[in-house]
Amino acid sequence: MKENTKKFNLANFYSKYGIFLLFVLMFLVMSITNKNFLSGVNITNISKQIVVITILACGEQLMIIAGLIDLSVGSVLALSGCIAASVVANTANAPVAIIIGLIVGLFCGAINGGILVVFEIPPFITTLATMMMARGAVFVFTDGVPISQLGKQFTWVGQGYIGPLPVPVLIMVVALAITWVILNQTRTGRYIYAVGGNQDAANASGVTIRSIKFFVCAFSGLMAGLAGVILMARMNSGQPIAGETYEMDAITAVIVGGTSMSGGIGNIPGTIIGSCIIGIIKNFMNLQNISSYWQKIVQGIIVCIAVIIDVRVRKSKS
Amino acid sequence: MKEKESADPALELKHISKSFPGVKALDDVSFSVEQGKVHVLVGENGAGKSTIIKIINGIYSADEGEIYMFGELIGHATPKLMRGKGIATIHQELSPVKDLTIGENIFLGREPLKKSKFINWKKLYDDAQQLIDDFGFTYKAKTKMRELTVSDMQIIEIIKAVSMNAKVVIMDEPTSSITEGEVRTLFQQVNRLRDSGISIIYITHKMDEIMEIGDDASILRDGELISTHKVEDLTKDQIIAKMVGREMTDVYPKKTQVPGKVILEIKNLNKAGIFQDISLSLRTGEILGLAGLVGAGRTEVFRTVFGLDPYDSGEILYEGKSLTVKKTKDAISAGIMMVSEDRKGEGLVLCRSVEENIGLPNLSRYIRLHFLNKKEEKKESIEMKEALNIKTPTLETPSGSLSGGNQQKIVIAKWLLHHPKVLIMDEPTRGIDVGAKYEIYKIMCDLTKQGVGIIMISSDLPEIIGICDRAIIMSEGQIKGEVPRAEFSQEYIMSFAVGGK
Repeated sequence: MKENTKKFNLANFYSKYGIFLLFVLMFLVMSITNKNFLSGVNITNISKQIVVITILACGEQLMIIAGLIDLSVGSVLALSGCIAASVVANTANAPVAIIIGLIVGLFCGAINGGILVVFEIPPFITTLATMMMARGAVFVFTDGVPISQLGKQFTWVGQGYIGPLPVPVLIMVVALAITWVILNQTRTGRYIYAVGGNQDAANASGVTIRSIKFFVCAFSGLMAGLAGVILMARMNSGQPIAGETYEMDAITAVIVGGTSMSGGIGNIPGTIIGSCIIGIIKNFMNLQNISSYWQKIVQGIIVCIAVIIDVRVRKSKS
Repeated sequence: MKEKESADPALELKHISKSFPGVKALDDVSFSVEQGKVHVLVGENGAGKSTIIKIINGIYSADEGEIYMFGELIGHATPKLMRGKGIATIHQELSPVKDLTIGENIFLGREPLKKSKFINWKKLYDDAQQLIDDFGFTYKAKTKMRELTVSDMQIIEIIKAVSMNAKVVIMDEPTSSITEGEVRTLFQQVNRLRDSGISIIYITHKMDEIMEIGDDASILRDGELISTHKVEDLTKDQIIAKMVGREMTDVYPKKTQVPGKVILEIKNLNKAGIFQDISLSLRTGEILGLAGLVGAGRTEVFRTVFGLDPYDSGEILYEGKSLTVKKTKDAISAGIMMVSEDRKGEGLVLCRSVEENIGLPNLSRYIRLHFLNKKEEKKESIEMKEALNIKTPTLETPSGSLSGGNQQKIVIAKWLLHHPKVLIMDEPTRGIDVGAKYEIYKIMCDLTKQGVGIIMISSDLPEIIGICDRAIIMSEGQIKGEVPRAEFSQEYIMSFAVGGK
């Protein structure tokens, strides 16, 4: 009997903190294996590297919790980033450029939401279509040529520091905080969970499904716009090819972080951990000089393992 | 042990115990199911019936105790092993593959193969047809499952079980979603199984069924087996008393509230092919029963009133004024709310907590400067939990892990917090045990005292007679009659539902 209760507690512990434990374990192993890993500079580097994916993951998480998915974020990132870059290159007005970048992202998200809600097309198809359109649009807009000379004011967003803290990391923290607040402290957040968990029940409780879906699509677009501005600022260049397959990284971070693909379940701390796990793997392999071809393979394997562990633990719990 | 002539029991459970985090689901439960007998399991929600089924099926393993089949000890029970030993379960909620044929469904996962390893379709359909014919059924094996009624699907499940050489068939509340007439057909088949030597574990809440179909009955309460009896030695009152652990003098509470003025009026409501020319009215403090057979269009009428489905023409008058209902929000903000018959489909978000489900339609009240006041939300859901006696380990427990009666109470709780003026309850006590039923009737009566008008759609006639002020009978999408309380009788009401043909 005693053994029994002990066993149960352990399983419960795993299910709550399993991914977190995995993260800590990986972190320790990496710190021991490579001396440079734990250095202050490197940790700062990691935090800077995960910024873009984590911000995308904020939007993606709301989408997935609501039972949707957004494949367009990588392309929307490129479109809004390049438009912002172009504005700043032509006007030298960074604040306006950033706001325009965000608006472009929001607009793309709204298009996703609009198509999804009005024509009731599955999100996978809708966002696949927007992904192609946005990518096409960015090439049309830039003629395939990167935009340079963005100016110090603009690049500060991606490269600057406030005290010891990198600006993009601070922006990421704010984005995470806003997403957390939406999910946990607002009516909209509750409705997002309800819509993803059981759309019919949410409808029967008076939740306007359409506006919730539209909201999460628009939010995801806005986050993609924000990520685009930061990425281009960091590179000091408006790159039309930027952000390809980033949607997959963002989805991976969300799923590794324990958000259910079937909707209704997930939280921000999980996504932070998911994003960190992917970040430290990439960083560690770079430090070890592992070729980027192998990195992809390893990344795939680790994602697979993380999810298998998660699923197993969930199963044993129920 | 016993040197008796009689054969070993088909299934015997000895001293089975099972614990879950925080709950002892089963405590030293022993009973045996004789060959060729119908053994009824009775108990309130959470009494441990479903845990027993899962243990017999090998889905859960017992912490302690042993299972015997035909005198043989079953070591480590797994679902596959138990199926092989002849355990078949017909679940309360059937899950046939509706777009496959009857034959395909019967042989799903064990299709007869040719030598070439391809499916032998001819044999599959010949065998399936043979089985269907043997059961005195008129369906063709190539009919799509979708075309069958729920009760016929059940019969197909039974056929499937028999074809798998089942020796013990477990039926989990098989009559909860079928009509009176269909129950007859089901019972005939149950009797056939019994006559052919198959044992049946029959789970039900309905006293009449226990009396009619059961040979033995085991009564469970709070995870303990209270007693096992021959059914002929028991009376309904005794069973109820043992189930709830108290004498229940009346299954229905007394409704004292006298109906007031008209609050809701429906005028000539139409929806092509679904219902025609529906006119009725509801008064404050009244419980109006909507009787009729399943598929009579009762649910559909009120789904449109609640804004879940659109209607073609007609008018809804609410408190004397015309009310336009385009979406559920319109109805809810006016004060019309509906407890759906489909708890899992439209009642609850199963993966979310009890508290969140109760809060879902009421969040606007907890908003302070755009943010949720969770303390207030928690306070109100605790009040509701206590007022309605919702049995849950914590408010954070996912609502999907609670029993049917408690789930229903959560659905009711979320609407009560929203202060309904008209509450539509569609089959509010389906799949719920006697004790919880009484509690739900009690809640309904209490609501009428506050002036709430209640529409109860029910296929359970005793329930309509027991609690309603008035009954309206629908059939084939039309209102066929109206009976005031004074003239209530099962036969009279039923005559409207089936009459006119």
